[in-house]
Amino acid sequence: MTRRTLAVVSSGLREPSSTRLLADRLTAATVRELGALGVEADVEVVEVRLLAHDLTNMLLTGLAAGGLRTALDTVARADGIIAVTPVFSGSYSGLFKSFFDVTEQGALAGTPVLLGATAGTPRHSLAIDHAMRPLFAYLRALTVPTGVFAATADFGATSPQDVSDESGALDQRVDRGARELAALVAAREPSTPADPFANPTSFEDLLRGL
Amino acid sequence: MPQMQFGIFTVGDVTTDPVTGRTPSEAERIKATVAIAKHAEDVGLDVFATGEHHNPPFVPSSPTTLLAYVAAQTERILLSTSTTLITTNDPVKIAEDYAYLQHLTDGRMDLMMGRGNTGPVYPWFGKDIRQGINLAIENYALLHRLWREDVVDWEGKFRTPLQSFTATPRPLDGVPPFVWHGSIRSPEIAEQAAYYGDGFFHNNIFWPIEHTQQMVELYRRRFEHYGHGSADQAIVGLGGQVFMRANSQDAKREFRPYFDNAPVYGHGPSMEEFTAQTPLTVGSPQEVIDRYAAMRDHVGDYQRQLFLMDHAGLPLKTVLEQLDLLGGEVVPVLRKELAAGRPAHVPDAPTHAARVAAAGDRPEAQRAHLVDDVTGLSPEAAR
Repeated sequence: MTRRTLAVVSSGLREPSSTRLLADRLTAATVRELGALGVEADVEVVEVRLLAHDLTNMLLTGLAAGGLRTALDTVARADGIIAVTPVFSGSYSGLFKSFFDVTEQGALAGTPVLLGATAGTPRHSLAIDHAMRPLFAYLRALTVPTGVFAATADFGATSPQDVSDESGALDQRVDRGARELAALVAAREPSTPADPFANPTSFEDLLRGL
Repeated sequence: MPQMQFGIFTVGDVTTDPVTGRTPSEAERIKATVAIAKHAEDVGLDVFATGEHHNPPFVPSSPTTLLAYVAAQTERILLSTSTTLITTNDPVKIAEDYAYLQHLTDGRMDLMMGRGNTGPVYPWFGKDIRQGINLAIENYALLHRLWREDVVDWEGKFRTPLQSFTATPRPLDGVPPFVWHGSIRSPEIAEQAAYYGDGFFHNNIFWPIEHTQQMVELYRRRFEHYGHGSADQAIVGLGGQVFMRANSQDAKREFRPYFDNAPVYGHGPSMEEFTAQTPLTVGSPQEVIDRYAAMRDHVGDYQRQLFLMDHAGLPLKTVLEQLDLLGGEVVPVLRKELAAGRPAHVPDAPTHAARVAAAGDRPEAQRAHLVDDVTGLSPEAAR
């Protein structure tokens, strides 16, 4: 069985967090779908709340403390990413944005990403497409077509009849997003981030590149 | 001749003293910098280096003016930069300014190339920051030739071409100033230092030692690859930052307001977090000795250790006391501890005298002045 690494970035603020709840459902579904494709998934969760102080410190000093360094490496190395944020003031939370602000340039380029968001009411549901998607477009990540939005009420709705639109119940949307992500992750060669320290560009090449 | 050079480097920031609320004038800061440099010599330190900045709150925009002024009032201390902006300065002017300084100081100088960290400096000097690495590569390649070839024909991407150009004065004794390349996180610059067999300085004051280790290892490996000697013969320098009092708790209490309000890292991590993650050491002289004696466990035996001692609004009197502790109690012990177990084939810190002697040992490197005695022209031009 081949193996791929899934990084799950969840930026809920409360504990327990409905954002994490959604992230866990997306993760379980993706692992299952990957399994069906013959791929074993190693899941690494980045709980951004735990990195909040280190994130602020890094924004101020450029220095990534231990846990944050590990989290950034996890995301850079991952074969696929599940990124979930609560919606604040119509957009991703500041903490969520801060985390992706300090990722290395190009770290997410070409990486398949499944987007998720949570909020108190369904009226925030476009935050995924109007706020999250442009952010990941900037990062040159490969977002899957389905973004999974969960309002508080979704955690009670179990059938399409219980929801107010045509998009299906939460579990159906989770499954669709997970299938899309799994297909991209499984089709991709394992991620091997370039190590500029192990294999530097030779100085002759740098001179020639002028 | 010391195996290792210990010294200080200044950023030259004009910062309000957070304890007194007083902000020094630029004139006071400049005169304080001179007093600090002279005191560094008095307490037995080997190197004084100044940054180069072109924006407030920093004053050192004219390093060779400062270094020449200090040189005239000192006897022994080596004068250097931290760093000289190889990206935005004209390499021709660097060649001239620093060769002139080399003559004035009888070779008691070297310099460290850097790219600078203030974005707008590039457009202010007519350059494009996206070309930062390429500017560093092309400009230094030209500077390297200007100090080694008496007559240079040159054409590149970033400055007007040169035909039959001779940078004056020629380097003292025909031996160019020693060059360090400073970089915090660009492998290209470590590669550049290795390619030329120059020194590599990692200013690690904001970085964990694991990162410093990675950069230095790359430089050492590539130094050997380019045939300048074995990896452990590469010339390495590190930054550092300390604040000391006889009693560790007194040091922490006194330095904390300066730390908490410092430019760059103030209002960020706690002093305890920062001291754990970076080489900043706040405590007794013995704690500083223990921390810095262990640096070579990570980067190998090295040649230069510079400390940042005078930033964040620390008053001059305090800085001079810090230098007394550094030169009086810390450096003599570090010299002894770092000499123990240092292999004989690891080179001493570079000096002009040693480089002249080494050039004399290699007949092909004898630097005859390639100037016709009668016409004053170079042989190439007279041909």
